[in-house]
Amino acid sequence: MAGNTDPLSPRAKLAVTAGKAAAAVSRAAGRGSGSVIGGRVALKLDPDLLARLARHLDVILVSATNGKTTTTRLIAEALRAAGPVVSNALGANMPAGITSALAGGSDARFGVIEVDEKYLAGVARDVTPKAIALLNLSRDQLDRAAETRMLAEKWREGLSGSKAIVVANADDPLIAWAASSSPNVIWVAAGQEWKDDAWSCPSCGGVLQRPDDDWNCGDCGFRRPIPSWALSGDYVLDPHGSAWPIKLQLPGRANKANATTSAAVAAAFGVPPQVALERMYQVQAVAGRYDVVNFHDRDLRLLLAKNPAGWLETFSLIDAPPAPVVLSVNARGADGTDTSWLWDVDYTRLAGHPIFVIGDRKLDLAVRLEVAGLDFRACDDVDEAVRHAPPGRIEAIANYTAFQDLRRRVGN
Amino acid sequence: MSDNSLRLVWVYPDLLSTYGDQGNALVVERRARQRGLEVSRVDVRSDQQLPTSGDIYLIGGGEDRPQRLAAERLRRDGGLNRAVDNGAIVFSVCAGYQILGHEFVNDLGEPEQGLGLLDVVSTRGHAERCVGDVLADIDSRLGLPPLTGFENHQGITHLGPHARPFARVRFGNGNGTGDGTEGAYNDTVFGTYMHGPVLARNPQIADLLLKLALDVNALPRVDDQWYEALRAERIAAATQPA
Ligand SMILES: [Zn+2]
Repeated sequence: MAGNTDPLSPRAKLAVTAGKAAAAVSRAAGRGSGSVIGGRVALKLDPDLLARLARHLDVILVSATNGKTTTTRLIAEALRAAGPVVSNALGANMPAGITSALAGGSDARFGVIEVDEKYLAGVARDVTPKAIALLNLSRDQLDRAAETRMLAEKWREGLSGSKAIVVANADDPLIAWAASSSPNVIWVAAGQEWKDDAWSCPSCGGVLQRPDDDWNCGDCGFRRPIPSWALSGDYVLDPHGSAWPIKLQLPGRANKANATTSAAVAAAFGVPPQVALERMYQVQAVAGRYDVVNFHDRDLRLLLAKNPAGWLETFSLIDAPPAPVVLSVNARGADGTDTSWLWDVDYTRLAGHPIFVIGDRKLDLAVRLEVAGLDFRACDDVDEAVRHAPPGRIEAIANYTAFQDLRRRVGN
Repeated sequence: MSDNSLRLVWVYPDLLSTYGDQGNALVVERRARQRGLEVSRVDVRSDQQLPTSGDIYLIGGGEDRPQRLAAERLRRDGGLNRAVDNGAIVFSVCAGYQILGHEFVNDLGEPEQGLGLLDVVSTRGHAERCVGDVLADIDSRLGLPPLTGFENHQGITHLGPHARPFARVRFGNGNGTGDGTEGAYNDTVFGTYMHGPVLARNPQIADLLLKLALDVNALPRVDDQWYEALRAERIAAATQPA
């Protein structure tokens, strides 16, 4: 086992046991997986528990607006080549959920932990991570007023005192700015399709110039760092200039980018890119995302897209027209109750697809598509949408709670 | 307007487009084209000069720091004031609305000079942010159906004698002054706290902007069935406690 091998204190042990018992009760009562409630009970008994659990592990934190659950899974798979891994694989990414996940891994060497963006600085302080992977930052859940640049500023302050290796996306100016306060950064050219949150220089407020894939600020000189790892088509380029083929079951450019970052993280722990990438191939679906299910004798692919950047990446991976597309949008608490972000998504990219809209906020979608000049059909539920869909695999794209609804309905 | 084309200017999308504000531009553009008008839409970034010959200018909402940067650059540019002198129509939302007034409180907590195009002054409230669906009655002189929108702001805007309240709220907060007013307008300049985006939920306001810009009293009808369905749903939502 790596790192500190002190046994847990009696108080921490008690907290772990109490947390596990609470989780079991919660499961028995049919209230979800129980991981969050278990963690809450444990944290209450011993507020230092998270730090103490982490002390026995090499901790890797993963944060981003999009792709953190998938990347956490890819890194976990890759690192299993070097030792046992504990991870919050189901995406419970706030301190209680993280505590609960770590409590279940007493034999692990690595803790691969997805962290909600708002908690990253605090968790990074508590668990003294060996590495932190930062993928992207963009607008999400507007009514909570999570201003993206302020978030980047909090990261920047938090990372300036951290000894962790920061593996960061050089193509996202907000990420580059947040990470550049850290003394130890491995820059990855992971790309950035969504650029609308990064026209303003995060350092000085000047207008960023973005020729091709480069970017720089004419006012203060802040510019894209030189990456040592890069995603290039279907290959990962490592710092020695070797190209390693990416073969994933997960679709899309964004997942290739996630694999590139994951390979860079794995290499920092001695796992060669070839080994890491081969292991990543095993990942098929992540918490239902990308799963293809059979429903009413049709193949339905379940795709999660929570914000404009996520929708844009999703449009780039769906089957070409005339593949039917079902769009589902809710605006419940976990989604953010403001739907105005729909207008930041370029739905004209769906031209040529038969489109069906469902979900609590299908009328917002309907007006959005009408203004985009697209034909669509509004349906009461996914059953009706599937009944009317022309032949071909159906791409179902949904935001957070709409995705959970969809999974429940199609039995996934 | 000498010919059949409409010049639509979206001001500073790099700073002021946090809340789907592009939607307002898309709706005006779509509804103009549906009436057979040619539209040239110009999206002007904050390092570019604002054209002064536009017919309709749209300014969106934004976070506190970009709001200050936008006000600085708009003051330095001067183009928007010249455009209004030339008779242009301006429609502004939230942070953009505050910028059009005499003064607002910036991200540093200091008073920041606005453009003085609306007789309003904005301060920052100490209460919780105003967040949620709003239903309001638009000033009867404008002859429009009720206003539905989504508000998300902490600002408080006080109207001077040369600005008229754009609407009076039935549900929601609006200007946050406690007097029930929402937004402000004069003959050609409009401001509102409503997101949504507001023109997608109130296409009749988009048509009003078109009529003012074209100097006509009526426009050919278009099919509003989806807008109407959305309006009915959101009006019902605003009247039910969360
Ligand atoms: Zn700069």
